[in-house]
Amino acid sequence: MTAAVLFSKVSRHYGLVKALDEVDLEVLEGEFFAMLGPSGSGKTTCLRQIAGFEQPTSGHIEIFGETAEGVPPFRRNVNTVFQDYALFPHLNVLDNVAYGLMIRGIAKTERYRSAEEALDLVALPGLGKRRAGELSGGQRQRVALARALINKPRVLLLDEPLGALDLKLREQMQEELKILHRQLGITFIFVTHDQNEALSMADRVALFNQGRIVQVGTPQEIYRQPDSSFVADFVGSSNVLPPDFVASVAGEHRWASLRPESIRLTSSDGHEARVTASNFLGSSTRLTLYVGELRLHAMVPSASAVPVVGDNVSIDWDRQDMHLMEEGV
Amino acid sequence: MNSSVEGILPGRQGILRRFADALWRHPRLLLLLMLAPPVLWLGIIYLGSLGALLVHSFFSIDEFSGLINYEFTLKTYRELLIPANLDILVRTVSMATAVTFAAIVVAFPIAFYAARYARGRWKAAFYIGIMLPLWSSYLVKIYAWKLVLAKEGILNWLFAKLHLTWLLEAYLSLPLIGGNSLSVSYTGTFLVFLYVWLPFMILPLQAALERVPVNLLEASADLGGSSRQTFRHVVLPLALPGVIAGSIFTFSLTLGDYIIPQIIGSSRFFIGQAVYSHQGTAGNIPLAAAFAVVPIVIMGFYLWMAKRAGAFDAL
Repeated sequence: MTAAVLFSKVSRHYGLVKALDEVDLEVLEGEFFAMLGPSGSGKTTCLRQIAGFEQPTSGHIEIFGETAEGVPPFRRNVNTVFQDYALFPHLNVLDNVAYGLMIRGIAKTERYRSAEEALDLVALPGLGKRRAGELSGGQRQRVALARALINKPRVLLLDEPLGALDLKLREQMQEELKILHRQLGITFIFVTHDQNEALSMADRVALFNQGRIVQVGTPQEIYRQPDSSFVADFVGSSNVLPPDFVASVAGEHRWASLRPESIRLTSSDGHEARVTASNFLGSSTRLTLYVGELRLHAMVPSASAVPVVGDNVSIDWDRQDMHLMEEGV
Repeated sequence: MNSSVEGILPGRQGILRRFADALWRHPRLLLLLMLAPPVLWLGIIYLGSLGALLVHSFFSIDEFSGLINYEFTLKTYRELLIPANLDILVRTVSMATAVTFAAIVVAFPIAFYAARYARGRWKAAFYIGIMLPLWSSYLVKIYAWKLVLAKEGILNWLFAKLHLTWLLEAYLSLPLIGGNSLSVSYTGTFLVFLYVWLPFMILPLQAALERVPVNLLEASADLGGSSRQTFRHVVLPLALPGVIAGSIFTFSLTLGDYIIPQIIGSSRFFIGQAVYSHQGTAGNIPLAAAFAVVPIVIMGFYLWMAKRAGAFDAL
């Protein structure tokens, strides 16, 4: 497969701040690719390089094998769904969606027909005459999506598109975006700071930290085999076990990650642990435990008899659930 | 519980404090006290005198006695339409239109720079640069311009130094906009109007442009809009309320001014001068009032057209 987007040693500096630091990246054609990371990690900067709003300080970017250096945004076959939607306040919904076609000089009747089709695609028919300001957050999101899709881009960039929506709506939109991706067959590049969103939607995830990509892989790889304690902690807030502890349990002097749901309560001959917090989360309960000086989090099913603060319990896990990592910090 | 601590603190003493408490209990009273002075000022003194003026425009003057005839008539308005008076109206409205369009063209880049690019110290420099001319006397500025534009003035000297006197002379020999020198031509009047009212165009325009989010420009570019298309389809429509606000200033100030055309230009009357002379020496208050109604009607019509054209939709 060809690479839709290819970064080689791309850096973007703002004065002394390295927003992107020698990033190598390959996004394949037709892929649903997520860029995940805490705020200020460089994921949005990365997206803006692809859209063409910013130029890299150094390095090289290719879009479908063609160099993107010095190519302005309006000559890239890439469209963006903006974080706060960036709908034009002086235009109604139909004109917003048809904007890309209007720019290309397509006649009114034809571009309105295409815009209606695009609105159908995002399940928002019949609202064309409204102003952007009269819509709810979810509806604006769909208009932004329709507007970005009308130019039939080869790559669709989504900058935290679901960030402003409430939980229910967000889950629904996640589903719909996945369906839309399958339907259209184009490349989606999705920026988010929400690890659940990245894991549930993407084919592959790139995890950013401090302007660098720290790990790229499928959601399963990222979740089960984190390369570093940062990945382990950021994705699913795993327990990071220090080398001394790992040596005493597994015999190898290396860092390891252990998922909270891998820890189970046993009746006896596990590790002695003291419960210092117990938070009921519905289907499961999150426990904070101390094994000696080591603090661990555990997710246990709420159905069982859940220990309360101050209890001493015995815990255990399977050896293969403990993933040894390359580096500690 | 500590019972020595009271739930409600004791009432405060003194008339002022009681008054403050009363205002807190009756927010409408506070509102009334705050609004009364400006409402009295605007409602009675300003609107009242404006109303008196309008009423006078429907009276007429007795040509023999020179006394005002307090009977409703449209005779004075008919008088506005005689060729000499109509000339004044056309001259003033054309000048105001030209000044307004020129002000938009000159102000736009300045306002755009200030709204988009100027930061910190440069922004302060921008505001001072725009406001500073407003701090000095209007008459001083006009006389300064007279010196710049006069036949013995700086501009003529500059043209001579550049061996371009022929160009200036060719320009001055043009009908209508030319004249003996720049300071006695319509061009001179136009330049001074433009200079004096420019800040009133720049400031609202800058405020409007500042409210245009950057990501709308990015969205337009993202959807294929070149810089020119983005300007035409996004920046301009969103800045239109600012353009309208600025043009209300430049247009109405030019319509009403009677000092600039008197000092710089071809001594032909503008509306302001006509009002001044009719209510003064001529004692023709009704005709002066009728002249004064013209700018009000024009501005009302202008705003109505702007609203119909959707200029305020982005607000």
